[in-house]
Amino acid sequence: MSLKDDLKDIRDQGLDDINKSTDLKSLNNIRVHLLGKKGPITSALRGIKELPVEKRPEVGSYANEIRDDLTKAIVEQRDNLANAQLNKRLAAEKIDVSLPGRSVPQGQPHVIQQIIDEVVDLFLGMGYQVLTGPEVETDHYNFEMMNLPKDHPARDMQDTFYITNEILMRTQTSPMQARTLEKHDFSKGPLKMISPGIVYRRDTDDPTHSHQFHQVEGLVIDKHITMADLKGTLLTMAHQIFGDKFNVRLRPSYFPFTEPSVEVDITCFNCMGKGCDVCKHTGWIEVLGAGMVHPNVLNMAGVDSKQYGGFAFGLGPDRFAMLKYGVDDIRDFYLDDVRFLNQFSKRGI
Amino acid sequence: MQVSYKWLQKYLKLDMPAKDLAEKIERTAVEVDSVKVPMDGLKKIVVGHIVSMEMHPDSDHLHVCMVDVGEDDPLQIVCGAPNVANGQKVIVALPGSRIGHNVKIKRSKMRGVVSNGMICALDEIGFSKDVIPKEWADGIYVFPDDTPVGQPVYPFLGMDDSIIDLDVTPNRGDMLSILGTVHDLAAIYDQKPKIEKPEVEESSSVQTKDLISAKVEDNGLAKTYDLRVINNVKIGPSPAWLQITLWNAGIRPIDNVVDVTNYIMLKYGQPLHSFDADKIDGGIDVRLANKGEKITTLDDDDHDLSENDIVIADDKKPVAIAGVMGGANSQIDSHTKNVAIEAAIFDPIHIRKTAQRHLLHSEASQRFERGINPDGVEDAINEAAELIHELSGGQVAKGIVSAAKYQPELPVIYITAQRTNHVLGTSLSLSEIKDIFDRLGFSSEAYKDGLNVTIPRRRWDIHIEADLFEEVARIYGYDNLPATLPTDTKTVGALTPSQKLQRAARHVLEGLGLTQAISYSLTTEAKAKMFLMRKSFTTKLAWPMTQDHSILRMNVLSGLLDDVAFNNARKVSDIALYEQGRVFYKDTADQVRPQEVEHLAGVVSGHLIKSTWDHKAEPVDFYQVKGIVEQLLKNLDIKGDTQFIANDKIPEMHPGRTADILIHGHRVGFLGQINPKTANQFKIHDTYGFELDLQELIDLPKNDDQYEPIPKYPSVKRDIAIVVNKDIKNDQIVDLINKRGGAYLQNVQLFDVYEGSNVPAGKKSMAYSLTYLNPNETLKDDQVNAAFEKIKNHLTAELDAEIR
Ligand SMILES: [Zn+2]
Repeated sequence: MSLKDDLKDIRDQGLDDINKSTDLKSLNNIRVHLLGKKGPITSALRGIKELPVEKRPEVGSYANEIRDDLTKAIVEQRDNLANAQLNKRLAAEKIDVSLPGRSVPQGQPHVIQQIIDEVVDLFLGMGYQVLTGPEVETDHYNFEMMNLPKDHPARDMQDTFYITNEILMRTQTSPMQARTLEKHDFSKGPLKMISPGIVYRRDTDDPTHSHQFHQVEGLVIDKHITMADLKGTLLTMAHQIFGDKFNVRLRPSYFPFTEPSVEVDITCFNCMGKGCDVCKHTGWIEVLGAGMVHPNVLNMAGVDSKQYGGFAFGLGPDRFAMLKYGVDDIRDFYLDDVRFLNQFSKRGI
Repeated sequence: MQVSYKWLQKYLKLDMPAKDLAEKIERTAVEVDSVKVPMDGLKKIVVGHIVSMEMHPDSDHLHVCMVDVGEDDPLQIVCGAPNVANGQKVIVALPGSRIGHNVKIKRSKMRGVVSNGMICALDEIGFSKDVIPKEWADGIYVFPDDTPVGQPVYPFLGMDDSIIDLDVTPNRGDMLSILGTVHDLAAIYDQKPKIEKPEVEESSSVQTKDLISAKVEDNGLAKTYDLRVINNVKIGPSPAWLQITLWNAGIRPIDNVVDVTNYIMLKYGQPLHSFDADKIDGGIDVRLANKGEKITTLDDDDHDLSENDIVIADDKKPVAIAGVMGGANSQIDSHTKNVAIEAAIFDPIHIRKTAQRHLLHSEASQRFERGINPDGVEDAINEAAELIHELSGGQVAKGIVSAAKYQPELPVIYITAQRTNHVLGTSLSLSEIKDIFDRLGFSSEAYKDGLNVTIPRRRWDIHIEADLFEEVARIYGYDNLPATLPTDTKTVGALTPSQKLQRAARHVLEGLGLTQAISYSLTTEAKAKMFLMRKSFTTKLAWPMTQDHSILRMNVLSGLLDDVAFNNARKVSDIALYEQGRVFYKDTADQVRPQEVEHLAGVVSGHLIKSTWDHKAEPVDFYQVKGIVEQLLKNLDIKGDTQFIANDKIPEMHPGRTADILIHGHRVGFLGQINPKTANQFKIHDTYGFELDLQELIDLPKNDDQYEPIPKYPSVKRDIAIVVNKDIKNDQIVDLINKRGGAYLQNVQLFDVYEGSNVPAGKKSMAYSLTYLNPNETLKDDQVNAAFEKIKNHLTAELDAEIR
């Protein structure tokens, strides 16, 4: 047998051992055995000096080739074994992914707060400022400055919780109109504000009445604000809060602090305008009151109604929420049953 | 006001379905509550003629009638009505018919006798008992003899009309009348209404002024006061057309005088009152009631009159509460011979207060409160007198006795196209605007570059330019207005720092698991006074609806406990809620308005984190809620140290598990366990809560926003475990470590507290992890060791700690 044949045997035997190894430890032993200083290649090469000089390089390079082959085979087998081992572990680690995840605490805003925030954000984007006012108001601001003198029949429209003859729980957010008009410096630009807050009426609580509810007042005053601007603003709001498919219509109405005054209807949620029981077969649902600010309101607040004018609106987030979600009892908003509070969409938050 | 479509059609050419008309009214004038056709839902109800009648063999009150219903053979129908009689024309519900309340009538037997249908009373075919004339109230209705047999009954009862119920706003008192509504519809549909001026035949030879006198003591009480007298009337029921007109308007027919006054009120919006002239002693005096005067009104109620009630009085007594209701002592009865009719304009404010005071909101008072057309008074009294004459056979005395007359100047309002378009956003020409006023019947003439518009007295709601803009807008049509946005947008929309902080606070709490609640601000006195964070008097409603909502809250927590109770009562026990809202403080009892302070409170009861299949939930405790509050305060980044100091003085809080929250030494709130005694009162499970003065948190100075570079050098950690007396507080230990920790001590973190078998009684083991860092170079071990040794020594010396 030639040295070359010996080397070939070593290689064949070595590759066979490598491929038969089943774990990293035995593979490592094979590696140490084959490629180590005491290994068969090293000892075979010791016979090289007995070869003629001219044959030595050929056998030497053949020995190196075998060493490379074996090394490569070991690396490959090591990867194979490692992979197999990992696969085995992964297979053993299989879990039931259908088991529920661990709970993390998560609260959410009240549905009315969601509506208010949505309205507030929309109007902030249109350059309005947000102002809040007292819930305990004076008769002066709640009524008189809103063009509702004492004995005005329209006062009957709002049953009032009085504290004294002159102090009351505000029945509307409208007193913020007068308060803001008095303070605003028109030399610094137009007045555009919204004012969200709680209001109170002397009502018996039932599914459609609550002695406490919310309003958002809006007011825009400048040298040239039109009723068309009011319509466009309300249309924008309807699109934003309810969706593009919703339309608005204005109907004549009466509020002492606006002239002209309108009720604003939007497309019925339930039937999208076709007519149903919810909208009394009109296709429309009343959502807010609005109008062009009455000159008396401007003048009483010290704003020259000949020079300035604009629009005001007041919307009810409670009503919006009832319509948007089909809530049929307004008291649900104030009893705070957690099963009620936690069911509203959190998408908009 | 319930408006008859057929009545409107007498003045205008209207042929659209009533629903469309109603829709148009709603979009152009006033809201429409409903449109009803009384015959809707009824079926097979015809006029029948009783051709023979005998007693039922087995009953003492049932009759067996043979009724001709226009078919070959009469129907045998059993009837129990007390007023049924042979020869009557009656309402017959045929077999297979549907009557009121969706009741179906079938062939049946009554005590063994076949009954092929039913003879009906008015309420059985859908009439409200409130409008049925007294004579038909307790029995069947009987038609006039000339009513054709076999025909459906609806047209003979006005049930084929459409009744449009208008919800008239306080400014549009003119629409509380048929003529007012006709004028508005004329403008809407661009028609000229056919309204005739009434004529009255004064057939009596007597002058009214010789029969009656009237004086108005103060023109402020009645601007107009007119009387007419009709002599020798014969009181009886009104003809069917008049009865139908009234009951379709929701008014019960009474007799041929009172019905006329109601009819005229509906037509003109002018309430009239009729007196039995023979019951008036002397002259009529319109005055304020005297102290102690009493009156019994037509509805048989007794009223003690106030000195602010306007009364119509004769020489001896009040005979009516003016504009509200007549007195029983002067009312028309079946023996009345001579009638005095009053048409007046009473002061709206007096009428409104009187109606409220006596709870007498009548058709008349409603109209006086909203105003009366001064131009309609005389027409109304004339037409009433004429009609009474026609229906009751009396003679009208000559002339009107008038104690006051109001003919105000017609307002003239100047309006331009430029101003109109400036306000409405339209681009109307002056002629288009003029056309709208023509339609409304407002005369206008060109003046400068606009119009002078003269407002007729029937539209007393119009005073200023803005009122005319509304008229233009609604007749032009709100649907035709363009939709634009304000063009000048040189304003910045941004939340204020305070509003941002309030929003942030809400979001933090939501992220920590608390859901926002909104409870009632009005509560009971006991609850209002709970958890008081400062001395305060209560703010009370003068006239609460219920004691449950009578006092303004001075804390938010008690409302949240109501919420917990509501949930617990419904078997929901895991509750985590917060509320942001106002509390109302008064420093003195006579402070006029309370101070409104924004508070933020939260409650957690049961479990905050729910149990899952591999994780057993822990019930909420003090430290859970403290963690929430700490995280909230950390996020708000208020300048200064936050401290939690035990407080056993809040009666509604657990004395051993409550802490005041101090920032920079300033109390901003408290947290802890709700006192089990309080929890018992609310009927709630163990609950932890906090309440913070949000306004303080807003007002306190905040840390500057700044950036600190990430340290370049590694930190070094050392753990220390000590055994100390049980009553030594964590704060004391941490303070001491911080005080003696040296320049490089960065952080002290408690990681274990232990009491039990390996620790002597009365002691506890506390373990802390200390972090050292030198931002400028790598710390050397001996530097740290030296600092650490110093702390150990101080702990031993000052707190008698045993180092483990
Ligand atoms: Zn609908």
